[in-house]
Amino acid sequence: MGLTLIEKILLFHTEKKKLENFIYAKVDFCFGNDVTAPLAVKIFKEAGFSSVFNPKKIAFVCDHFLPAKDIRSANNVKILKEFAQKFKVNFYDINQSGIEHVFLVEKGFIKPGSLIIGADSHTSTLGALGCAAFGVGSTDLACAMYEGKVWLKVPKVIKFIYKGKRNRWVRAKDLILYTIGKIGVDGALYKVMEFHDKMVNKLTVEERFTICNMAVEAGAKTGIFEPDEKTLKYLERFKRFKVDLKRLKSDKNAQYEDIIEIDVSKLDPQVAVPHLPQNVKPVNELRNVEINQVFVGSCTNGRLSDLKDAAKVLRGKKVKKGIRAILIPATPLIYKQALQKGIIKVFLEAGFVICPPNCGPCLGGHFGVLDKHEVALVTTNRNFIGRMGHPESKVYLCSPLVAAASAIKGRIAHPGEVL
Amino acid sequence: MIFEGKVHKFGDNINTDDIIAAKYLNSQDHDYLGKHCMENIMPDFSKKVKSGDIIVAGKNFGCGSSREHAPLAIKGCKVSVVIAKSFARIFYRNAINIGLPILILKETDRIEEGDFLKVDLSEGKVFNLSKNEEYSCESFPSFMQEIIKSGGLVKWIKERRKNG
Repeated sequence: MGLTLIEKILLFHTEKKKLENFIYAKVDFCFGNDVTAPLAVKIFKEAGFSSVFNPKKIAFVCDHFLPAKDIRSANNVKILKEFAQKFKVNFYDINQSGIEHVFLVEKGFIKPGSLIIGADSHTSTLGALGCAAFGVGSTDLACAMYEGKVWLKVPKVIKFIYKGKRNRWVRAKDLILYTIGKIGVDGALYKVMEFHDKMVNKLTVEERFTICNMAVEAGAKTGIFEPDEKTLKYLERFKRFKVDLKRLKSDKNAQYEDIIEIDVSKLDPQVAVPHLPQNVKPVNELRNVEINQVFVGSCTNGRLSDLKDAAKVLRGKKVKKGIRAILIPATPLIYKQALQKGIIKVFLEAGFVICPPNCGPCLGGHFGVLDKHEVALVTTNRNFIGRMGHPESKVYLCSPLVAAASAIKGRIAHPGEVL
Repeated sequence: MIFEGKVHKFGDNINTDDIIAAKYLNSQDHDYLGKHCMENIMPDFSKKVKSGDIIVAGKNFGCGSSREHAPLAIKGCKVSVVIAKSFARIFYRNAINIGLPILILKETDRIEEGDFLKVDLSEGKVFNLSKNEEYSCESFPSFMQEIIKSGGLVKWIKERRKNG
């Protein structure tokens, strides 16, 4: 019987010839952020661990509450910095970092076929490059930093095939929202979502990130795409990797728990309404929903192509009076490229405020926390109760195209209404 | 290990923002996190809950973020065990890694707010003393039982190293 891609990667990282139900696997790279890593450092110290397995394969990326929003957050960065200096692990403070799942790709840490763990649930994002990338907790990170290993249950896999031709407004965000709406927030619990793109107008690599990013919102262990030439070409701008692509494919006779085909031809942009990512509706059913705030950014949709999409809608137009509109490019590099291409100017002239690269208001940290009864339309990944601030605020999730159109209209809007 | 306690009942898809809101994630202090446990959905939970009490929930408990602060907050308010129809995967592994007892039970609908339970963790049995009923939980795979028996991942690693 054949193996799926995720099973192959897991097998490459054990000393076994055959996969058992549980494995204690070698990790190629592990990381945490200013929320999860300080706890990992505390656990590491309390355990009495005195060395790290390989400092080059460990990174701390400060992205959640940076620039420090309060004294405790500042202290957390200090804890990481001191640990990093002592053990020589990679450490990125605010002036040289960005959102971890975007930034670490730019730094050339993420090689297709590797086994990666990150103390952040959206580590699944990196499956877009053909990695087995799993979100874990702080104890897992502490132990992996010490032993270079992680315990994993070998997961079952569901295959998703997108086919048909997308209309010009439909992006990866719409596909993954639609998929989560179809299977539910626990529809892929403990399983891996293996994505296949058989559409006429193919996904870009940046769109693959968006899809794998939100696999976790369906309960998945991770999402994954088979890496291809397009993957390597995308990565070339950051680092040239030698990868044997033939080894990184699921076998034809691999076993899947289920195969789900999704025809995108009739799909319109999608919006997830409060308070779960599975509450998905076509944008046109929500055109009377008034909003107070729009946010473009996050590990889901803060990449250059996302900014370009929004700018296309915003060019020469103004954000509706009374609407707060916030842009956060995911990394300094994206910020710089957006500046050079005149995209930042478009956002500024439309009336957006631009914040430094970090997770921002996505998790109610800072740079746009919501008050009671406020409504936000955002390009992020979660709309749980109180996710962005007050327990009685509301969060709607959408693509950058829909976010930009809605900022102009002051209510949820289809991009076709503006362009 | 046997626990006895009063039930605090929750529904499906209780997420990590419900368990501990992101604004408190700048702390790693169990007691502080415990004081804000479930604040967004049940503001008086930390005042109501007593040492040894039991959380019972529906499916997909702990979905969302990887924050280990969530099981720590539950530990911080001295809850003895969490029983749910299913757990989100990162919460599940975090709970096992830090030694917070959890059990998977299909019949959580039978259990109501305020019921008194007696839980036999090693046997995976739940006795509902208020209703005079008995339920059997899903057993853990042997690999996980090893970690649970050690008292968490750190202790498991240390034991393995000691035993070569």
